[in-house]
Amino acid sequence: MLASPGWGFWGMKMGWCFRAAQGAAVLAFSLVAAPVGWAQTLTMGVGAPVTSIDPHYHQLSPNTAVAHMIFSGLTTTDGHARVIPDLAESWKAIDATTWEFKLRPGVRFHNGSEFTAEDVAFTFARVPNVPNSPSSYAIYTRPIREVQVVDAHTLRLKTAVPYPLMPTDLASVMILDRETHAQATTEGFNAGPMAVGTGPFRMISHRNGDRIEFERSDNYFGARPAWQRVNYRMITNDAARTAALLAGDVEIIDQVPTSDLAKLRNDQRLALSEITGLRLIYLSFDHSRTDSSPFVTDNDGKPLPANPLKDARVRRALSMAIDRNAIVERVMEGAAIPAGQFLPEGSFSYVPDLTPTRFDTEGAKRLLAEAGFPQGFRITLHGPNDRYPNDSRIIQAIGQMWTRAGVRTAVEAQPWTTFVARAGRQDLSSFLIGWGTSSGEGSNPLRNLTATFDRDKGYGASNRGRYSNPEMDRVLDQAMRELDDAKREALLQQATRIVFEDVGILPLHIQKNTWAMRKGLAHDPRADELTRAHDVRPASAAK
Amino acid sequence: MTVFLLRRLLQAAGVVLVMSLLVFLGVYAIGDPIEILISPEADQIERERAIKALGLDLPLWQQYLVFLGNALRGDLGRSFVFNEPALRLILDRMPATLELAIGATLAALIIGLPLGLYAGLRPSSPVSKGILAGSILGFSLPTFWVGLMLIMVFAVQLGWLPSTGRGETVTILGMRWSFLTRDGLAHMLMPALNLSLFKISLVIRLTRAGVRETMLMDYVKFARAKGLSPARITFIHVFKNILIPVVTVVGLEFGGTIAFSVVTESVFAWPGMGKLIIDSINVLDRPVMVAYLMIIVLMFITINLLVDITYSLLDPRVRLEGKS
Repeated sequence: MLASPGWGFWGMKMGWCFRAAQGAAVLAFSLVAAPVGWAQTLTMGVGAPVTSIDPHYHQLSPNTAVAHMIFSGLTTTDGHARVIPDLAESWKAIDATTWEFKLRPGVRFHNGSEFTAEDVAFTFARVPNVPNSPSSYAIYTRPIREVQVVDAHTLRLKTAVPYPLMPTDLASVMILDRETHAQATTEGFNAGPMAVGTGPFRMISHRNGDRIEFERSDNYFGARPAWQRVNYRMITNDAARTAALLAGDVEIIDQVPTSDLAKLRNDQRLALSEITGLRLIYLSFDHSRTDSSPFVTDNDGKPLPANPLKDARVRRALSMAIDRNAIVERVMEGAAIPAGQFLPEGSFSYVPDLTPTRFDTEGAKRLLAEAGFPQGFRITLHGPNDRYPNDSRIIQAIGQMWTRAGVRTAVEAQPWTTFVARAGRQDLSSFLIGWGTSSGEGSNPLRNLTATFDRDKGYGASNRGRYSNPEMDRVLDQAMRELDDAKREALLQQATRIVFEDVGILPLHIQKNTWAMRKGLAHDPRADELTRAHDVRPASAAK
Repeated sequence: MTVFLLRRLLQAAGVVLVMSLLVFLGVYAIGDPIEILISPEADQIERERAIKALGLDLPLWQQYLVFLGNALRGDLGRSFVFNEPALRLILDRMPATLELAIGATLAALIIGLPLGLYAGLRPSSPVSKGILAGSILGFSLPTFWVGLMLIMVFAVQLGWLPSTGRGETVTILGMRWSFLTRDGLAHMLMPALNLSLFKISLVIRLTRAGVRETMLMDYVKFARAKGLSPARITFIHVFKNILIPVVTVVGLEFGGTIAFSVVTESVFAWPGMGKLIIDSINVLDRPVMVAYLMIIVLMFITINLLVDITYSLLDPRVRLEGKS
């Protein structure tokens, strides 16, 4: 089906040529293996810059990765985003609005100060009060109405309403020391003196946008990391990062560009680690207008009297017209899996029988005719061109698939800064965007992406298409009050099913996360994309 | 001279003012910093808090006036992303860029001047033709490609030089410099060469053209008739006269290198100002963008001033006066 000449077009696009040239430049040479001496130092090359060492200043995944190395939370998540104990050994809901956490005894901060429940209370008080924070962690502490310190290692958290996500949310909040950090400023963290935590590494030096150096902490309560020292370098250019690995300047890199994957896989001196991630790439539709939508017209270019995207049959037809397998194989070079819902298999609230929509151009045409568009219509599909792997090529492919199903599609890719502002203002009719479910469970995307936009409930903040389905909202509300995991999972599954049977958003694929390293290293890949030194060890060492 | 300097300073103030206004309007037109900076999981209440915290809730003209008031007191604002003073962020990165730019400019002069001189004095020799052909490559090859090729050959293939990053540094006057250590120099070599390639070609061409033109002048013929040695004619009479265009162009190029060596700094992961500005543009970190461009404007004005003063030293006919 895909051999149509149209497919040649996106291969000729400038951006693609540029990237391909870079990739080819990197891989055009084969090289001599450098001798491998496993010093106690690990040098890592990461693709995204760390903007702050203050764990409560700017919520951003590169910052979280570094925070995990220096600090610890009460809870944390494993490679598959399941919540596991960290500074808290156990927790339970003792009544509908009270969570009790039992803390790990004998934990010390890097400077020797002892960790107690008072430090947790101090941390929760600091989180909402970090000056100038562009993205605060207060969203995780806001449900807490009262912190009760029962004894040095027991803590009770009171909430106004039942709040089942407390252990999940607290994985994002790094615990500081009441004595050390009483007057701590963000600058103090960045400069070094305040970068004191309970994590596996101590920070030795930090050069903004360049590198961070760590040393193993002997006070760490968990498994001892394999490295005495870690050099964490930020190399944002994809080709340069790959070259640094090939030259032996760094030993592991993240965000391997999909165009380099095949070559790196065949390189005898390298090893790859890979995991299905939590980032869904999807299309969002304009649900905010019942009359004409700005980028939808009839075949003569005149506005339609009503917005066809409000009709579930049209949305389903557009979903059927997309060949997800082709996008995954040809555009993403296999670095993704086709998606039919928010999360990959094995996640909490994954719906087993909600499979990706089957590719069926003829079926799509029939459905469009049934919805009153036997001749189709015209639409402009928007998307970013610098945000997600191959983003602009994906929307070009979809544009051709939709056109084949009778919906004549123009494609417009823009830089993220411009695009996301327009999408947030409901300026667009249909657009590609992504969502990383860091919590690894369904309530997070349901609340943020598909719940009705509601400021007071804090729902739908990233629902840029303004989808709204009262039935889904009702089930979600029920789930958000349900403390029993099994019952909550069933409710979340029900809400997820409502969204995708209605094609509230149109799921495309879930990205895979890939790391490349020198042979002889082993790495535990993480679904949440974090690159941390304690996930890397010599392959010979036991896990 | 004083009038001349005063005029220049006034001009500088005017340009800086216009610049800051343009950046303010530009960022406003491109997009919304909050959309870029905020965690996607933030709810509406958190968004409103962040907008207020960064002062983006005020009308644009009010934000601009607040900025102007602070700028007059020497405070160019704090970075949205790093929560550190924008000026300090830029000054922290400045030594890295300065040493790269100075290295590249020196290389351009040391390599470009002799080659250009030779090509100008012996226009028909095959070596001169080779030099000219080489300079065409220097003009036309894109920097990102040359940079990657340098990395592939000297770092990946031969393993002689480190591929990316800045090497060991020593602290002098509170700033970190890498050109004083062996490791630092090794790291600097490729990015500096990559930056200088275009400049070398430029200097070769300017010098050659100047030499060829000057050699036909009456005073050169006269000097020759007077029996002066060819070396004296070349290095005293010709050289001084061809330097004027070279100084102008190298001066401006030097400014351009400091301000906009973005591509080279990205390819070599060089932690300089160019990388800071491109990262700041990507996240619409307005305070850093405004401060950066203001510094760049001041720098260009200073360089132009120095160029003008150098003129007057090189050519006694040029006088620095208030009237233009």
